[in-house]
Amino acid sequence: MILTNMINIPSTIKISFRALQVNKMRSALTMLGIIIGVGAVIAMVAVGTGASRQIAEQIASMGSNLLIVMPGSTSSGGVRMGAGSQPTLSLGDSEAILKECSSVEEVAPTLGGGTQIVFGHLNWSTTVTGTTPGMLIVRDWPLASGRPFTQQDVKSATKVCLLGQTVVDNLFGSQNPIGQTIRIKNVPFTVMGVLSIKGQSTQGQDQDDVIYVPVTTSQKKLFGTQFPGMVRTIMVKARSAEDLSTAEQQITELLRQRHHIGQKQDSDFTVRNLTQIMQAREQSTQVMTLLLGAIASVSLLVGGIGIMNIMLVSVTERTREIGIRMAIGAKTWDIRLQFIIEALTLSLIGGVIGIIVGVSTAMILSSISGWATVVSLLSILLAFGFSGFIGIFFGFYPAYMASLLNPIDALRYE
Amino acid sequence: MSLIEVREISKTYHLGDIDLDVLKSVTTTIDQGEFVAVMGPSGSGKSTFMNILGCLDQPSNGAYLLEGVDVGSLSRDYLAEIRNKKIGFVFQGFNLLSRTSAIENVELPLLYDGIHARERHERARMALKNVGLEGREDHRPNQLSGGQQQRVAIARALVNEVPIILADEPTGNLDTKTSIEIMELFVKLNLDSHLTVILVTHEPDIAAYSKRIIKFIDGRIVSDECGEDKNIDRFINS
Repeated sequence: MILTNMINIPSTIKISFRALQVNKMRSALTMLGIIIGVGAVIAMVAVGTGASRQIAEQIASMGSNLLIVMPGSTSSGGVRMGAGSQPTLSLGDSEAILKECSSVEEVAPTLGGGTQIVFGHLNWSTTVTGTTPGMLIVRDWPLASGRPFTQQDVKSATKVCLLGQTVVDNLFGSQNPIGQTIRIKNVPFTVMGVLSIKGQSTQGQDQDDVIYVPVTTSQKKLFGTQFPGMVRTIMVKARSAEDLSTAEQQITELLRQRHHIGQKQDSDFTVRNLTQIMQAREQSTQVMTLLLGAIASVSLLVGGIGIMNIMLVSVTERTREIGIRMAIGAKTWDIRLQFIIEALTLSLIGGVIGIIVGVSTAMILSSISGWATVVSLLSILLAFGFSGFIGIFFGFYPAYMASLLNPIDALRYE
Repeated sequence: MSLIEVREISKTYHLGDIDLDVLKSVTTTIDQGEFVAVMGPSGSGKSTFMNILGCLDQPSNGAYLLEGVDVGSLSRDYLAEIRNKKIGFVFQGFNLLSRTSAIENVELPLLYDGIHARERHERARMALKNVGLEGREDHRPNQLSGGQQQRVAIARALVNEVPIILADEPTGNLDTKTSIEIMELFVKLNLDSHLTVILVTHEPDIAAYSKRIIKFIDGRIVSDECGEDKNIDRFINS
């Protein structure tokens, strides 16, 4: 019996198309509910996915499994100073962390600041950071050209530097910078290499607007303080994501020991888990995506109820037609299929238009506001499948009601 | 075995507190190839009788045997199948689907019989040709005259090669000339194809085409007469 129903499907689709054409305005308005629902889901999920992908990329560009050790507050004579107000970390701390902490893969101390740099008749203001060759490993940052400075350069405080792409663009244009000499705070430095492009940081800073020099050179020639051998921060790369908390613990213990901090005293430094912070942000955007999608789904649900409403009206209006069909030999499922297919036609056409609307909304949003949006195939398939489900779900009840009509009552219905 | 046998069927409608007995213990048989007119004033139960014969309605009591099978025990879908394969309906108001072409209306019974599109189309075309509507296949009901619409309805009733035609006041909405045409079509079908025709009418002129007249008054059969067979003469003379 189902088989004979199957044969009827092409004709039934034709019948339902005709029924929908009769009330064009009504069909269009009913579809609008689904169009808005599907469009909203796709656009919202695209915005959310775009945001979390952007953050994921930023995390990757920052370097993975990253800890940062910063100077903490110190107290002198009972007065607690602000965090970072006193340099408490030294190059020695940095070397000790690498040597003593088993969970640590690489370290990179930093000491730098903003300054003016000059090449020929051009000048540029940027951040110059003194560090060690470990920086390129800690931040997963390969060179685009040239070669990195070495541990030997650090030891002998040579005047060499690595340039970020933004600095190269501003000082050299299309010229090859390698081997050229630039002046930082009037000290000549030889350019050894150019860093590959990293793009924006999580805070929206241009990560390529940077110059790396050996940390010792920075201490002696550029940003030296009255405390020799001090550095501003130490960046640490743990061996793996699982090692992050162990590394944090090991570093804390080691530095407390090195800084002679007693049991009850506060540390004069803090260790921050950057990766964890970023992952928390990524998670919150994922929750956000889910939330946006859920809110948009409500409109899809409302659209589905709209379909049900129209189908119920349609069943009432066409009671006589149902009676004629029954008198001629339409069985229960013939009638049900007719109305289910009609509802399905409404919801699927609405779904397809909704997908187009959703994708274009996402594209318009990203071109106007500059948000990264990602329309995934999965969200399209899901939206389409869901609108089909809505058609069947909300079409079934009216179809069921229609199939229950008594033939003679339906035939006599005025 | 008779084609149609009804045994003491009755039908009671419950309208609020009042019970309305529309049919009261009706018993009769109709054989294959008969041409029967069911007459009676309005409210006499003749239409209810027809609806029960057409499996559109069920009697409250009694048994209806169609080709020896008790219809009362059958499921909805089985009844639908009987209506599809055994009975062709012709209504006073034509009951064609509007906004649907003549040929698609005629195809409907075949559609519900699970017949493929090509055969459906071919058979519907033939059925329309048999009622003299060749070339009107794609006209919609509102583009056809009353007589033509009733012909489409007859084609639809016949297309699945049913043995029984049930016509409820088939000429009620038609003028005299068209009524004669339609009745002659029924006579021809009855003679040529040995089709059982049962028609409900209150017009003696129309009933005169039949070989047997069953009269209903107040829910009972009051007379059941076989007249002399005028149809053959009429047919030969014409």
